[in-house]
Amino acid sequence: MASKTKSTLLNMVLTLLIISVVSAGALAYVYSITKKPIEQAQLKKELDAIKEVVPDFSNNPFEEKQIIDAYNGSGKIEVYPAKKDGKTVGYAVKTFTEKGFGGHIEIMVGFLPDGTIEATKVLAHSETPGLGSKMTSEKFKSQFRGFNPAQKKLIVKKDGGDVDAITAATISSRAFCDALDRAYKTLKKEGLIK
Amino acid sequence: MEYFVIIISAIFVSNIVLSQFLGVCPFLGVSTKVSTSVGMTGAVIFVITLATITTYLLYYYVLKPFDLVFLRTIVFILVIAALVQMVEIILKKISPPLYQALGIYLPLITTNCAVLGVAILVIQKNFNLMESTVFAISTAVGFGLALIIFASIREQLDLMNIPKGMKGIPIALITAGILSLAFMGFSGIV
Amino acid sequence: MNQWQNFLKGFIKENPVFVLLLGMCPTLGTTTSAINGLGMGLATAFVLTMSNVVISLVKGFIPDKVRIPSFIVIIATFVTLVDLLMAGYTPALHEQLGLYIPLIVVNCIVLGRAEAFASKHGVWLSFLDGLGMGLGFTFALFLLGSTREILGSGSILGYKFIHGDGMLVFVLAPGAFIALGYIIAIMNKIRKA
Repeated sequence: MASKTKSTLLNMVLTLLIISVVSAGALAYVYSITKKPIEQAQLKKELDAIKEVVPDFSNNPFEEKQIIDAYNGSGKIEVYPAKKDGKTVGYAVKTFTEKGFGGHIEIMVGFLPDGTIEATKVLAHSETPGLGSKMTSEKFKSQFRGFNPAQKKLIVKKDGGDVDAITAATISSRAFCDALDRAYKTLKKEGLIK
Repeated sequence: MEYFVIIISAIFVSNIVLSQFLGVCPFLGVSTKVSTSVGMTGAVIFVITLATITTYLLYYYVLKPFDLVFLRTIVFILVIAALVQMVEIILKKISPPLYQALGIYLPLITTNCAVLGVAILVIQKNFNLMESTVFAISTAVGFGLALIIFASIREQLDLMNIPKGMKGIPIALITAGILSLAFMGFSGIV
Repeated sequence: MNQWQNFLKGFIKENPVFVLLLGMCPTLGTTTSAINGLGMGLATAFVLTMSNVVISLVKGFIPDKVRIPSFIVIIATFVTLVDLLMAGYTPALHEQLGLYIPLIVVNCIVLGRAEAFASKHGVWLSFLDGLGMGLGFTFALFLLGSTREILGSGSILGYKFIHGDGMLVFVLAPGAFIALGYIIAIMNKIRKA
């Protein structure tokens, strides 16, 4: 079925213009409606991660969120104090590393006030499925529970530290340690942990 | 050093076709002959690199500052389509024999998931302009490598005795699977 | 072709993945589990149906020379719509499917049906064509996703029925190619029978 409109330059430009404007308009509208749900979904994801990495708390960590410069000026991390009955029971830190095999990795790590790591949760990564992606598995993460960076070294064994790297995913493992180390050293510098 | 990792991983370890599944349609469609595969590779390297640079600049200098990120998909695909058209027109004028050689493959590149995929990936990976360009070229080289190896195998397969039900696409897919398995062996390099 | 045949052809006779061999990238990339395949299929079906309808409605007004760019903008709009809606209301699935959602716009099936069918037929038939092809695509993805999930993770729709890992290769890249290859071979046999 041939088009009723002739392919003159004016018609062509006009058509594309109208279609583009209508599309952009429709999308702007949908964007404005979905902006809130998208933000909320992101917040929920972070809150769930915080719950996973620190002991039970009764405050709203987002209210006391602090954005702090990393100890070595390599970027900013987010610190969420977790408190129960007014006492600080831990800190959930959203840290990152750019040294992942696929680049940027975001990790939520929970520290107890004495500096021990409580738990970790990977928030975002682009590591290789089946290899670096294993950093989200219990097998890899469990070694960090109760890990105190003041007593053990937050470096992979290959480089002289105390962390078991994932087989054939040394770069991902190193990046993971880098993120945790960034969080630890920054918290220490701010005097939030021992 | 960083660039080395980007190049090696884009070509071998996270090969765009064999491990990320982008560019599979042309991969299966064009790889029946080695000569056409080489032509396709050249065109793809050219388009992916130009497209990535253009979409990168548009994203960081126009879309993001004006909070128009949600228009990303539309803008990117239009840029790619326009670029392919432009490349066709320019090639026709500058080098008719090259245009003839690449011929039909050029318009096909618009729907090559690899081009749009790479444009989006460099944003996701937070690369800077130089890293994005290196990544784009390496990815295209990886595409070409997989394509040419695959085409060579398929040319041989054509001469073999294959069970009737497996002829054509099924055996091609299984071959691709084995090739993908082989490429997985590279993952220990870096 | 009557309406019913028009709708059904997308499932077996002209299944976009198994017969027309279109839309391979998302087929291989998002079928690590049955749910992911299902989600991706439905998202694509939505885009396909809606864009078919809209294109069929406005085809009279679009000058021939700007046909393809116009179709692309319309398709890209629905893709972005799905992207935004999923990010807001089904965040977990959105994260799983990731890069492949915007890639729906280059899924050869969508542009292919727009060009081959919607631009030449009325709204109702285009709607059926889009829906049928979209659901046929979903069926293919669900089939491949289930196969890979059962063999590779030992689970179906999230319920694990074995201890430990399955044949991991199937949830990785090579397994996708191999599983699809065999399914197509079997489908060829069924169709010829």
